[in-house]
Amino acid sequence: MTALLEIEGLCKAYPGVVANDDIFFSIAPGEIHALLGENGAGKSTLVKMIYGLVKPDRGTMRLRGAAYAPGAPRAARAAGVAMVFQHFSLFEALSVAENIALGMEDPPKSRDLAQRITTVSQTYGLPLDPHRLVGDLSAGERQRVEIIRCLLQDPKLLIMDEPTSVLTPQEVEILFHTLRKLAAEGTAILYISHKLEEIRTLCDAATILRLGRKVGACTPREVTAAHMAELMVGKSLSQPARPDHDPGAVLLEVRALSATPANPFGTALRDIAFLVREGEVLGIGGVAGNGQDELLAALSGETRVAPDAIMFKQQGIGALGPNARRALGLLCAPEERLGHAAAPEMSLTENALLTGRLRQGLDRHGFVDWARTRAFANRIISRFDVRTPGPWVAARALSGGNLQKFVIGREILQEPMVLVVNQPTWGVDASAAAAIRQALLDLAQGGAAVIVISQDLDELLEISDRFCALSEGRLSAPRPARGLSMEEIGLMLGGAHDMHEAVA
Amino acid sequence: MIVLEKRPQPAQAWVIGGPVLAVLLTMIAGGAMFAALGKDPVEAIRIIFWDPLFSEQFAGYSRPQLLVKAGPLILIAIGLSLGFRAGIWNIGAEGQYIVGALCGAAFGLAFWPSTHPLIFPGMLVAGLTGGVLWAMIPALLRVYARTNEILVSLLLVYVAEAMLASAATGWLRNPEGSGFPGSRNLARHAGTDNPELIAGTGMHLGVVAAFVAVIAAHVIMTRHILGYQIRLAGQAPRAAGFGGVNAGRLVILCMGVSGALAGAAGLFEVAGPAGRISIDFNVGYGFTAIIVAFLGRLNPIGILLAGLLMALTFIGGELAQLMLGIPAPAIQAFQGMLLFFLLALDVMANYRIRRKRGALA
Repeated sequence: MTALLEIEGLCKAYPGVVANDDIFFSIAPGEIHALLGENGAGKSTLVKMIYGLVKPDRGTMRLRGAAYAPGAPRAARAAGVAMVFQHFSLFEALSVAENIALGMEDPPKSRDLAQRITTVSQTYGLPLDPHRLVGDLSAGERQRVEIIRCLLQDPKLLIMDEPTSVLTPQEVEILFHTLRKLAAEGTAILYISHKLEEIRTLCDAATILRLGRKVGACTPREVTAAHMAELMVGKSLSQPARPDHDPGAVLLEVRALSATPANPFGTALRDIAFLVREGEVLGIGGVAGNGQDELLAALSGETRVAPDAIMFKQQGIGALGPNARRALGLLCAPEERLGHAAAPEMSLTENALLTGRLRQGLDRHGFVDWARTRAFANRIISRFDVRTPGPWVAARALSGGNLQKFVIGREILQEPMVLVVNQPTWGVDASAAAAIRQALLDLAQGGAAVIVISQDLDELLEISDRFCALSEGRLSAPRPARGLSMEEIGLMLGGAHDMHEAVA
Repeated sequence: MIVLEKRPQPAQAWVIGGPVLAVLLTMIAGGAMFAALGKDPVEAIRIIFWDPLFSEQFAGYSRPQLLVKAGPLILIAIGLSLGFRAGIWNIGAEGQYIVGALCGAAFGLAFWPSTHPLIFPGMLVAGLTGGVLWAMIPALLRVYARTNEILVSLLLVYVAEAMLASAATGWLRNPEGSGFPGSRNLARHAGTDNPELIAGTGMHLGVVAAFVAVIAAHVIMTRHILGYQIRLAGQAPRAAGFGGVNAGRLVILCMGVSGALAGAAGLFEVAGPAGRISIDFNVGYGFTAIIVAFLGRLNPIGILLAGLLMALTFIGGELAQLMLGIPAPAIQAFQGMLLFFLLALDVMANYRIRRKRGALA
């Protein structure tokens, strides 16, 4: 069979970094092709070139045998290339059909469009009501909007950038079902991910990138996940390890915690209850947007709740502010690194002061001791291997993984008694993620209680003692993590939306 | 295509060199404009930038004017800059300036004709309080009723102007003024006056206060946790909340400080250079100070220099109108050029220009 898309010698350099160096591969019609690599390996740059967002410095692309050099996404779409981005570009206040019409060159009448949306969604098993507001949809449903927007263009090649990072296990099944059906009809799919098991289940071929170069290709079904991981990272990864232990005294207890969100599209917390003990890691799973941010805000003190809803060592702290909780020993690391956990324009030294002031004694009578603060920032940098020229560098200049190491390190070095982290390894490459997980386990080993909120279920099963799921603002009862199967977790997560419809 | 690309760190060379280059470019562009008007460009530039300070003929009058005009501009701009850094937009300093002057003058006139040494300190406290109270209206409305402080503070300027007119024609009018509007002259009465401290320099207590404010603001912004919280709240409000900054308290504090400094500037003016409450007492210092604050990049030292430069172009501009008959709109265009070049080159400190080829193929 002739290739649908052939790529030869593609190069792209940005100031100071070569994003893509001599990349080549080809995709046949109906093939599901994985693009595998760590963050910063050059996957995004490569697909942006295919989608016409970035122009290559050198190299050629051929689509169905003809030279292909899209100058803009519009040209790529006209040639039959569609892309579903990792971050959705949807307006929450508009309906599904209105959002889809906005992305079209020549939208049909809204009634016809609604009809077409319904047809496509039924054909491919992606249930979606065209008249619902996007603001009311779950992340999985929002992704369906993006997929259907692409499918309406009848693409020959569909690019998907980390599509499963926001989905529950059941929703992943639905998505895979759809993708296989598309492939059977002859649509080629370029599937970007760093989740190896998924790629082994779904993909026919894989191209592996590291530091902008193609370092290998394989047939995922025929090799082990460990083999692909080694190709991807360039070394073998060590699994985080921890010995068994007996749980200690209760450090933090949350009882009947309810809170209404500050923003209209947030999720209300309903009657949340859990407790964590000394030396324990509690994993809270669930798809983002189900109350994770709100739960973290309630625990950090950014949202005040009833005093007795949160008990820290038998003391009601629900009404205390962030600094008062820090003084007691309850520290947090929010998900959003730039803008929430750290100020983007400020230096690492200034960002070290953000949460470290009280526990590290970084000021005297309100006057900041910058030398001490800089020393604290340097300690974080060296202890957590943050790659930066120095502490004077602005937070936004760091890569996501490095900044995450800094943010987590800043809290861990303050020796918390309870640490709450939200998505600790989101967008972080595999080796940095392993280092962060190990640091969290070491902290628990030293007697602290750690609460990890994450969408990465593998991660939670790996490091948690007990696991519970957050879904639509409600928390399931915690269960021992050891021996929990993916199916059981899926049920705890409350299942996928409209699952039965999709399977039928 | 030419694009602006954000620099990872601000370029120090442009931070320092930019303003110098801007003044030079203004001289060239402005000189061309004056030449087109048929005036000698070199002489015009000299009159604007040099003569106010060093001409034998005029410096005696205009040199003190430099500090007299720069003092209130700097004092108000310093207060505004704290709030602006935190994303709190007090646009109504003009109103706080008026109310400060009214309260201070009213205190002094209430004890007229006493010359007790505590009168002037009392006037100062009254002026500060008046400015703070006037600024508290938009501050409290923002914190407790979520109104927009830009609109509220701006509209209160017009309320303050109406109060000024009623004071000048009614409740503060000079009983011995044969019915003319305007209060008694505070500057010519021992006990209520804010005199020139060193003859021939224009230095009065308000100018001293402005310099003290520059130093205090510099220390707060670079060394104190409050300055850190102000910058944090302005740059990353969510991070500030996470870091334990109380947003409402910061609004009240910043609005209060800017109101206090504007009120103090009003009091120093009414007891010194202006001398009395009159209908046209306010000449726009509160609004010009906004420009000064941004021209100085919201940095205390920058504001000091910007305030002096602004005052210089005002005095020099008036002098050029007088000496060369350059029309007033041309002088305003010249001042506009200066702002334009300063702000345009300011972009270079944070961005670099790159040429991108074929991006729109």
